[in-house]
Amino acid sequence: MLKVKSVSKIYKKRDQEVKAIDNVSLEIPKGDFVSIIGPSGSGKSSLLLMLGGMLSPSLGKVFIDDESLYDLSPNEIAALRQKKIGFVFQTFNLIPYLSAIQNVQVPLLLSGMHEKDQVEKAQYLLQRVGLDDRMDHKPSELSVGQQQRIALARMLANDPSIILADEPTGNLDPEMSQTVIKFLIDLNEEGRTIVMVTHDMKVANQAKRSVIIAKGGTVG
Amino acid sequence: MNWNTLVFRELLQRKNKLITSGLAIVLGIAVIVTINTVTTYSEKAISKELDALGANILILPHGASLVDYYSADLQAGEIPEEYVTLLTTSNLEGLDNLSPKLSVPVNVGDKQVTLTGILPKNEFQSKASWQGAGIFSRPKSCGNVDDIFGLTQKAPKETLVRKRVIETLEPNEVLVGSDVASKLQLKEGEEIAMLDKPFKISAILPQTGTVDDSRVFAHLHTVQDLTGKDAVVNAIEVVGCCEQISKGLVAKINYLIPDAQVITISQVVDTQVKTNALMRNLSTLFLVIIIAIGGASIANDMYNNVYERRKEIGTLVALGANSSVVLKVFLKKALLLGILGGVGGYIIGTIIAVVLGPLVAGVPVLPIPYLFFVAVGLSVCITLIASYFPARYATRLDPCTVLQEV
Repeated sequence: MLKVKSVSKIYKKRDQEVKAIDNVSLEIPKGDFVSIIGPSGSGKSSLLLMLGGMLSPSLGKVFIDDESLYDLSPNEIAALRQKKIGFVFQTFNLIPYLSAIQNVQVPLLLSGMHEKDQVEKAQYLLQRVGLDDRMDHKPSELSVGQQQRIALARMLANDPSIILADEPTGNLDPEMSQTVIKFLIDLNEEGRTIVMVTHDMKVANQAKRSVIIAKGGTVG
Repeated sequence: MNWNTLVFRELLQRKNKLITSGLAIVLGIAVIVTINTVTTYSEKAISKELDALGANILILPHGASLVDYYSADLQAGEIPEEYVTLLTTSNLEGLDNLSPKLSVPVNVGDKQVTLTGILPKNEFQSKASWQGAGIFSRPKSCGNVDDIFGLTQKAPKETLVRKRVIETLEPNEVLVGSDVASKLQLKEGEEIAMLDKPFKISAILPQTGTVDDSRVFAHLHTVQDLTGKDAVVNAIEVVGCCEQISKGLVAKINYLIPDAQVITISQVVDTQVKTNALMRNLSTLFLVIIIAIGGASIANDMYNNVYERRKEIGTLVALGANSSVVLKVFLKKALLLGILGGVGGYIIGTIIAVVLGPLVAGVPVLPIPYLFFVAVGLSVCITLIASYFPARYATRLDPCTVLQEV
C-alpha cells in the first residue's frame, strides 16, 4: 500500500518560499489504478517522484507497505526503488547511446543479474511490448511510440509491484496513447498498483479512480 | 551488458566529444611531458657545463695554502698517496672524481716547466680493495653527470680538463698543457726529455686558462720514481657532488684523513649549488603551472560532460542506481580517458621534446621512460579528481530539475 501523510514540499527561491505541495494526504491500496490530474505546476509530478523515493518531503511522511520511505538511508531507498517501483516518463528518458535491448538491460544490470539472463529477460520483455524486431535499434532509430514501448519494457524489467507513470501518453498520438493505457490496465489486472499523472481527462477516466490536485492541495 | 559496455557505448556515441575530451587531456599531458623532458636535459647540460669548472675540493698537506696549489709550488708539503685508496674504498657519498697530483719543477731544454704526476682512472679501480663498491661504480650524481648523447662526445684527452681524470696513461707518455706546447713548440707524437727520461707526447691539452696550461702531465708513479720520492702526492683534487658538500662532505673527508687539510673551492661550489637550485626551482615552477593549466582544462571538460549527462544520471537513479553506481560509471570513463590521455600525451610530448628540444633549448633530448608512468598516473589522477566532484554533485541534484519533468 502507498500512503502519503500530510506531505508538503517547500522550495526556497531568492529568499521566498514556494510550496510545490501543500499538506497532501493520500492512500492508494495495493492493486489500485489511480490517476492524478491537475494543472501544470500543481505539484503532481513532484508528488509522483516523492512516491518513488526520489524527492524527500519538507514535511510529512510517505509510506510504502507500512515502511516510512524517507526514514531509510539513500542506498536503502535506491534498493527499494529497484525492487518495487517502476517509472514511466513522458519523455521516456531512454539512454540514447544504448540499443533497445540494452536500455531494458540497465535495471537488470543494476540488480546484479548475470549478463546471459539479462539478455533473455530483456528479449522476453521486448517481445511482450511488440518490439522483438527492433531490439538492436537505438532510440533515435525508432518512432515515438516504439520508444515509449521500450520505456515500458524497461519499467517491467525488475517486475515492480508499483508503477509510477508521469504523463505516459503526453507525447503520443491517440492510437498509441490507447495502446499504452491498455498496457497499463493489463499490468493493473496482474495485481500491480499504478499511479499515473496526467492532465488528459480522457486518459484519467480509464483509471479506477482519479485524484485532483490543484495548486498544492488535494481536492479529491 | 556490463558497466564497461555502458562506458564504451557512451564514449563511442559521442565521437566528437570523445575527440575533443581526449585531445584536451592528451595536449595537457603532452605539454607536461615536453616541458619536463626538455628541462631535465637542460639541467643535465648545465650540470655538465658546471662539471667543467673543475675540482671543488682540495686535499692539501697541513701548512700548504691555495696560493701554493695554484703556483704549483708544493714541494714543502706532501701527503701519502694511500689517502687516495682510503677515499676510493670509503663509503663517502658525493665523491665523483679524484685526481692525486705530485708537481715538481723540471727543465725541458733550457726552459723550466712544472711536471705534474697524475694517476689514470684505471689504476684507481685496480687499487680499490672492494671493486664494485668503489666511487666510480656509484650512481651518477650532480658532479658526475651522465654523458648526453650528441653533446659531450669529446676527445678522451679533454676529460683531464673536464673531469680531472684520464682513463689511461702509460709510464712513458705525457700530456702537455697548451702554454708549454706553444712556448716549446711541441706537437703530438713528438718526444721530449725530462729528468733524463724520454717521453712521448700523447696529447696537447686544450687551453683552459688555468695553471694546467703551463704544466706537463705524466704518470704519478713515473714522477715519483724520477724524483726519488716515496708514494706521496702534493694534492688530491676532488670533484665532489655539491649537494653532498653542503651536507658536510668536507668534514667527513677531514674525519677520514685527519692528517691533511680539506679545502672547499667556494666559488665553484657556490656556482654549482646556486645554478642547480635555480634549475630545479624553475623546473618545479614550470611543472606546477603546467599541471594547474592542464588540470583545469581537463577538469573543465569532465565537468561539462557530467553536466550534459544530468538527465541520464536522473534516469539511472530512477531505475534504482545509488550514488556509488553513478560515480562508478563516471569514474570508469575518467579512468579510461586518463589512461588514453596519459599514453597519448607521453608519446606526443616526447616526440615534441625530441624534435623541438634541440631547437629551443639547444640541447639534445632523448625520451625519458619513467615519464611514461608519471604521465599516465598524473592523467588518471587529474581525470578522476576532475570527474569525482561534478559526478558526486550530480547524484545530489534535485530529480525534478534533472529529469525536467516539473
